[in-house]
Amino acid sequence: MSNDLSSEMEVDAFRRLFPLRFHERHLQESIRPDARPLGKARDTSVALGAVASADGSALAKIGCTTMLAAIKMEVMTPTTESADEGCIAIDFHMPPICSPLVRPGRPAEAAPVISKQLSDTILSSGMINLKELSLVSGKAAWMAYLDIYCLDADGALFDAALLSAVAAFSHLQIPVVSLNDDGRVVVVSDEDGGKLEKEPVNKEKRKLKLSSIPFSLTCVLHKNYILADPTAEEESVMETILTVVLDSSFQLVSLYKPGGPVLAQTSVIQDCVALTRQRLKELQKILNEAVSDMEED
Amino acid sequence: MEIDRVDGRTPNQLRPLACSRSILNRAHGSANWSQGETKVLAAVYGPKAGTKKNENPEKACIEVIWKPKTGQIGKPEKEYETILKRTLQSICLLTVNPNTTTSVIVQVVNDDGALLPCAINAACAALVDAGIPLKNLAVAICCCLTDSGYVILDPNKLEEQKMKAFVYLVFPNSILSVLPEGSSQIGGEPMEHGVITSVTHGVMSVDDYLHCLQRGRAASAKLSDFLRRNLQSHSPGDLSKAG
Repeated sequence: MSNDLSSEMEVDAFRRLFPLRFHERHLQESIRPDARPLGKARDTSVALGAVASADGSALAKIGCTTMLAAIKMEVMTPTTESADEGCIAIDFHMPPICSPLVRPGRPAEAAPVISKQLSDTILSSGMINLKELSLVSGKAAWMAYLDIYCLDADGALFDAALLSAVAAFSHLQIPVVSLNDDGRVVVVSDEDGGKLEKEPVNKEKRKLKLSSIPFSLTCVLHKNYILADPTAEEESVMETILTVVLDSSFQLVSLYKPGGPVLAQTSVIQDCVALTRQRLKELQKILNEAVSDMEED
Repeated sequence: MEIDRVDGRTPNQLRPLACSRSILNRAHGSANWSQGETKVLAAVYGPKAGTKKNENPEKACIEVIWKPKTGQIGKPEKEYETILKRTLQSICLLTVNPNTTTSVIVQVVNDDGALLPCAINAACAALVDAGIPLKNLAVAICCCLTDSGYVILDPNKLEEQKMKAFVYLVFPNSILSVLPEGSSQIGGEPMEHGVITSVTHGVMSVDDYLHCLQRGRAASAKLSDFLRRNLQSHSPGDLSKAG
């Protein structure tokens, strides 16, 4: 078994020259190079309110993967088909700072794909009732611009991006608006808020009600092993990636497996869903703690 | 039956399939695949020398270019490109022609639902036509979940818009092998039951997903047969347009 030069060279050299064998040697011992067991995700943290100028923002970290999400609210005129609904525009950015694979000037290939996945997940999960974003039916509604910046891309980008997006929405404070004399909706700024004679349109509705929040877990499949929450190195060495998104009532929001050399049998899919259920409880706890920390301050 | 479909099909019934190959003169391989009114044209060029940046030069690189029916490509098309690329990568033998690039160009002719599965089937037939070495064929299918929890297969655009959720699934084609029966089984399940690609849209329960998986598998056998028959019926010795 050990005639693969591993005993004759330094560990770092072996890791570079035979990355697959390096990882397989770890997997045989049910451990990963960063000392995690196979099914365990990296340390995760969420900090709300990282961007003071935004209406809602959050910084999420899963291991080294770092995502900064910020929401800006703007008043728009809704379309005639959905007169009493607001709108959410989601964009995911991968600037060159995040990874050596992203070059300036040329946009990263993964960015529009993750962006599309995020908007599909957030909109189809029904986490946000778009009717809550309506101000005056047919006349004015909120447009929420959610921008997510990847600051450090070390694997499981979608998980971190979704977590930061969800956290930013739970931090969101909708600005107070009122109607002016021309019947237009204007944002009431803090300074003259008290002096305004007009009653604010949305005095009560300052927070969005989030129902069935989606959480995700990305797994890497290799032979019979399932590795939860892979790092960028693990993702590049073992190419089969499977992302499961569940909402808080354990409904399946998305099961995304784009190709890869390993075929997912039913039992593997069930194992991944089970891992995601565990992870969902962890993430819920982390998010709730972040929200209650914020309210104490 | 408890659900009526607009076009009078039974829930498990696929739309009429049609596939023709070698229809483009300059392409190294091409195929036209249609499922009912959904029609996709795929062309393959390559293997060409060299790989693109950030690709592993020790393996063959696959490049997918998605051309919509009208207009510029946006985020959905980029996502389709990535899914198609990764799906094709997993069925191609990438180590036979290292440091080469194979371009797959997918032109949407008409979209009437189940577009991505149709494009995957077209691309797969075009790769065969171009003689690119493959591990196995892939067959793609779209399963839809109605509000009342029924699964219907291969929806058209109208049905797709009305559905609660839908799943795109890609399965490997069963291999006709000289190896004894059961040798290609993985963990007690035959190989063709494994999922190459899964893309879902909409909320459903895990059991509903597994149900879709089961129905998709059953239908993929029919698709596999069609693809295999279609490939075999092609006249052998048609090598005149090589190069």
